[in-house]
Amino acid sequence: MQLGEKAGLKPSKPMRDVFGESLLELCKKREDIVVLDGDLGNSTKAEYVRNVFPERFFNIGIAESNLVGIGAGLAACGFIPYIVSFSSFLLCNAYDQLRLSIALSNINAKVVGSHGGITLGKDGPTQMGIEDLALVGGLPTFVILVPSDPVTMKASVFASADHKGPVFIRSSRVAMPYIYDEKNMSFQIGKALIPRDGEDVTIVGCGIMVSMALDASVILDERGISVRVVDLHTIRPIDVETLVESAKKTGAIVCAEEHLIHGGMGSNVARILSEKNPVPMRFVGLRDTYVESAEPFQLLEKYNMSTMDIVKAAEEVIRAKG
Amino acid sequence: MMANPENANSEKLREIAKTLRLDVLDMTTKARSGHPSSCFSSVEIVTVLYFGGILKYRPLDPWWPERDRFIMSKGHAAPLLYAALARAGYFEVEKLLTLRQLNSPLQGHPIQRLVPGVEATTGSLGQGLSIGIGHVLGGRLKGLDYRVYVLLGDGECEEGQIWEAAMAAAHFKTSNLTAILDYNKYQETGPISREMNLEPLVEKWKSFGWYVTEVDGHNIEDLIKSFSEVTNIDDRPQIIIAHTVKGKGVSFIEADYRFHGKALTEEQAEKARKEILCN
Repeated sequence: MQLGEKAGLKPSKPMRDVFGESLLELCKKREDIVVLDGDLGNSTKAEYVRNVFPERFFNIGIAESNLVGIGAGLAACGFIPYIVSFSSFLLCNAYDQLRLSIALSNINAKVVGSHGGITLGKDGPTQMGIEDLALVGGLPTFVILVPSDPVTMKASVFASADHKGPVFIRSSRVAMPYIYDEKNMSFQIGKALIPRDGEDVTIVGCGIMVSMALDASVILDERGISVRVVDLHTIRPIDVETLVESAKKTGAIVCAEEHLIHGGMGSNVARILSEKNPVPMRFVGLRDTYVESAEPFQLLEKYNMSTMDIVKAAEEVIRAKG
Repeated sequence: MMANPENANSEKLREIAKTLRLDVLDMTTKARSGHPSSCFSSVEIVTVLYFGGILKYRPLDPWWPERDRFIMSKGHAAPLLYAALARAGYFEVEKLLTLRQLNSPLQGHPIQRLVPGVEATTGSLGQGLSIGIGHVLGGRLKGLDYRVYVLLGDGECEEGQIWEAAMAAAHFKTSNLTAILDYNKYQETGPISREMNLEPLVEKWKSFGWYVTEVDGHNIEDLIKSFSEVTNIDDRPQIIIAHTVKGKGVSFIEADYRFHGKALTEEQAEKARKEILCN
């Protein structure tokens, strides 16, 4: 099954290709953009920039701490560095450099973590960023973006350049279908999108989980349940208004993310709603475990993160409304 | 101030070094915390850089794009950096005594641009050299010919990031990057040779592709010569390994690692002040 198939979404495009193309387009528009690669440019597609603007592309090699530090120095000179590697390597290997040289210094650097989540599949748990959102969440000053489709990926790349300060963009390895139409979609950091509206339950998702939530909504609709889907593409600053409004409107929330349920998107949503407007909630995500090498969809199924798990959680949380 | 070591007057520099030592002593004693002995080993190095005509900078235009960069990678020597910046005219000398106090920008370890002239956030060791490379690459892209100086601690060279940066600096042929290693031979818990041996240090840096020179890190004239010497190297980064004495200038804390990270008591400080003034 393809992501977004049930919801009738337009065919997918590999997110890394979209990222590489968007970054190249950004470099064409702005001369102050530089790209720093941790020797994975062929995999993250940051190499698209290397081919056109070799003087603004630096392969720092397999040394993430140094990669982040050099990026910080370039930012101090007035450039906007895009520091690109696998999410897990950047966040886990260079955490202290992200903390001191970027977050605490509050510099204008952008960090892009590819291969977030478990759907990179066969390369296995060593390469998977399952804790990256929790880690970057521990760095005050970082804006955190998790695009859900090719359109929001491109928008995230451009919006991150316009935002002054540290930004983290997370992408996943799998291809994602088009949820939005570039022409009539307005992307704003901190403002969630609502690709589908409904009355009985809200599914809040980010990344691949948004198209999966849309698939789940079709199945739920067939069962007489009306679903609102919130695309929480920005985890910080979090869109309190949309979350509270959704809780009030539907009275039940399911959070779905391709991340540990600890410290990721869902934890943040729960913190906001527990303060502002508590309603029954359920969480779809990775539960306190590492996963294994396999096909992406096999993993989503085995670790209870599939479309049907979202459906189940929605039905359960509606029952909890009483 | 423009770079011009020719005009450096050693006698005057020795007086400035004395002033900086006294500043550090006053600041850390008042704050009742800090790392005075780690500052004291770097005093002559910092003095020569800021007041010996090595760095070009504009105190009233601290982020002048063409300035030379000085990055204090051994962030625990923050008091010395603040003292040098204040004495160079970046901010009022009176502010120095607010070190480590609530609402003062003078943090225990330096935060980038929180204080005019502070180029980088350091304190978790090992990070300054990479940032320095970023400044070199940025200057190259902008066609600016400033130099970048990074002061490293010796214990700091146990961090892996230093060697990542050492490799990258040589790879990018950062000939306008000079590292200075304050080799005072002690880390927090004891002599470096006992706790985590760094030797052979000269060979290590050479094999990483750096130009290496050694100097007595308390000899003003020799330091000026070393800083002049390295500007002639046009194909690789350079490191000045400065042999220093931890706690230099205060006999009863010299080469005594137990004073690492300890401010002196009022009584000790009084004794230290007399020694520094008599030296």
